[in-house]
Amino acid sequence: MAQILVPSTQWQMRVPKCSTFGSPIATKIWGSLLLKQNMKEAAKSAGKFRVLALHSENSTVNRTEKLLNMDITPYTDKIIAEYIWIGGSGIDMRSKSRTISKPVEHPSELPKWNYDGSSTGQAPGEDSEVILYPQAIFKDPFRGGNNILVICDAYTPAGEPIPTNKRHKAAEIFSNKKVVDEVPWFGIEQEYTLLQQNVKWPLGWPVGGYPGPQGPYYCGAGADKSFGRDISDAHYKACLYAGINISGTNGEVMPGQWEYQVGPSVGIEAGDHIWCSRYILERITEQAGVVLSLDPKPIEGDWNGAGCHTNYSTKSMREEGGFEVIKKAILNLSLRHKEHISAYGEGNERRLTGKHETASIDSFSWGVANRGCSIRVGRDTEKNGKGYLEDRRPASNMDPYVVTGLLAETTILYEPTLEAEALAAQKVALKV
Amino acid sequence: MSLINDFIKFNLNETTRKSIAEYLWIGGSGMDLRSKARTLPEPVTDPAKLPLWNFDGSSTDQAPGDDSEVILLPQAIFRDPFRGGSNILVMCDTYTPAGDPIPTNKRFSADKIFNHPDVAAEEPWFGIEQEYTLLQKDTKWPLGWPVGGFPGPQGPYYCGVGADKSFGRDIVDAHYKACLYAGINISGINGEVMPAQWEFQVGPATGISAGDQLWVARYILERITEIAGVVLSFDPKPIPGDWNGAGAHTNYSTKSMRNDGGIDVIRKAIEKLGLRHEQHIAAYGEGNDRRLTGRHETADINSFSWGVANRGASIRVGRDTEKAGKGYFEDRRPASNMDPYVVTSMIAETTILWKP
Repeated sequence: MAQILVPSTQWQMRVPKCSTFGSPIATKIWGSLLLKQNMKEAAKSAGKFRVLALHSENSTVNRTEKLLNMDITPYTDKIIAEYIWIGGSGIDMRSKSRTISKPVEHPSELPKWNYDGSSTGQAPGEDSEVILYPQAIFKDPFRGGNNILVICDAYTPAGEPIPTNKRHKAAEIFSNKKVVDEVPWFGIEQEYTLLQQNVKWPLGWPVGGYPGPQGPYYCGAGADKSFGRDISDAHYKACLYAGINISGTNGEVMPGQWEYQVGPSVGIEAGDHIWCSRYILERITEQAGVVLSLDPKPIEGDWNGAGCHTNYSTKSMREEGGFEVIKKAILNLSLRHKEHISAYGEGNERRLTGKHETASIDSFSWGVANRGCSIRVGRDTEKNGKGYLEDRRPASNMDPYVVTGLLAETTILYEPTLEAEALAAQKVALKV
Repeated sequence: MSLINDFIKFNLNETTRKSIAEYLWIGGSGMDLRSKARTLPEPVTDPAKLPLWNFDGSSTDQAPGDDSEVILLPQAIFRDPFRGGSNILVMCDTYTPAGDPIPTNKRFSADKIFNHPDVAAEEPWFGIEQEYTLLQKDTKWPLGWPVGGFPGPQGPYYCGVGADKSFGRDIVDAHYKACLYAGINISGINGEVMPAQWEFQVGPATGISAGDQLWVARYILERITEIAGVVLSFDPKPIPGDWNGAGAHTNYSTKSMRNDGGIDVIRKAIEKLGLRHEQHIAAYGEGNDRRLTGRHETADINSFSWGVANRGASIRVGRDTEKAGKGYFEDRRPASNMDPYVVTSMIAETTILWKP
């Protein structure tokens, strides 16, 4: 992970409205829908033309695109707000939009809304309303103008967070005074895999077969090494436009797998930014006709899994003497390994095998510059005596609210007994 | 190709004061929309200033061949999102040359109901949730569904995102902006429970305007699907079996319902609707019996019921309304192919004018 930069406040970006992104990768997918730009339009000879634009390959006029990209600000003050929430499985994202009478700056200006919880596995049919509370605003890279994306969390009509609402508890942890004083920073490295539409086999892999073994693909370039860069690059700009604190991208070790990083973000922001970036990614793959997978081990065998390494530091860790604070934090984490692991994503046991740059799921370990550990500390941090730690255990399908909240809770609020501490220090080879 | 594009995008305002008016009307089936365009010498914003027109009713099943002229009376103007500039869409209704509304003209009697002093005093508001299905052009099978097969069962698609869960979003989003541009009071959109099914909401609109706006929104949607090469279906149960149908839930309130003590007015209104259940059902859309089965978030067509936050009832009252003691209610019975002039005026008539 790159060195820590000062976190910027979200949503103050002034990037000009982006026009349509690069040409999609899978050429045949949207055959019957009008979506692709006709790049060859200008070069085509006069030849025959159609009066009606029926198919996108031969479209003479791309009027749906004109409507999609229309800037409505000269015609109305109204804006469109896309309310986004997490569905019943804890990893599926849902959204719907509504018209707001004029542009807003702060989520508190937006009305609460509701949705049919019985259609997302979050409420019974005879009492189906689930209430949406707006929590964070981002600019909408798909609609442009003053239109927005709104990250929400879900409550019963009585005002209680529903069971799948993990943000509520995280927000409580991050409002605790001890946690607030420590100004926790998070940098999350989200890995993901792209799959072909109907076969659900990774993008670029021969259907019914496998590509050459891992080696050439990590940060690779070339048609035989890099599959789906357009999606990664379009996502990068879209997130910057939206005001998400995206700090970088790279191609991953397994072909068809990518990573982007969000951070450094303070407290609850980390979760909001990750969820919004996941939503934007899924909207882009939807346009490209490619399926997004956040499964932690999409292909069994000698292929890397997908994780969500979480880099973490507190004020004390970043100041002089911070390395000792980091060691104490690692100690605390070692005592709560099982609790963390059970909250770090479904299916993680298929990924954390001890091979492919992971630590085994059953044992806790740490080391400097060691990618086979549960927690890795960078050489910079060791040298400077202060910095941050990287928790490499979370899976790509983890809930960032849960993980960030738990990290803050375990390292700042949790106080183990002295005996437990001493035992753990021995086990993990730490002198605190 | 680029020549056609240039002409379509021409900004006429630079060379002439003339503008184009697209006259829209409802055809003989009561569900097919028709339109044709004419040139106006200069821009018009008031429907009363637009000329009457006529069309060949024998080609739309609305007049015999030997007396085929049907007169078009402009009723509402919207900006044309396809032509831009000062060009307009004009919603019309249809009359005989003698000046009588033809049988398929449902707007006329709706307008009379909304002009009744008792109804006008109550300022009836409507919010209509129009559901619809997108079909592949040549097979008429839903968009994104494998031809000759079915997608995975319902669950992931409602408000879903991703290439394996959301089919046709571009059409829906283009429609949203086009309607906002046109001046239609579109209040939101969402992906529906059945894949390739979508919904948009129009409202709140007062009285006859709800019907005008919904019909023009339907027209804009059909023009956009035409461009996209996809077929629009308003059938209330496009795929039989364990797949949701398509409705046009109609949210409704009057001034009394929105004021303090409104919850009692709402209860009385619901009771009256219960007493006229069969008459309403008969006017709520063809083929609704295939949709209102009692399953898939519908109430059975033969029984009338209501409940708070209950999506299996005929009428649903929101929790907000119950808590505040005032608000609105949702009639979940109308099918996606209902005529909004008929439904809105009937709800107003039953709840305000009718005495049991």
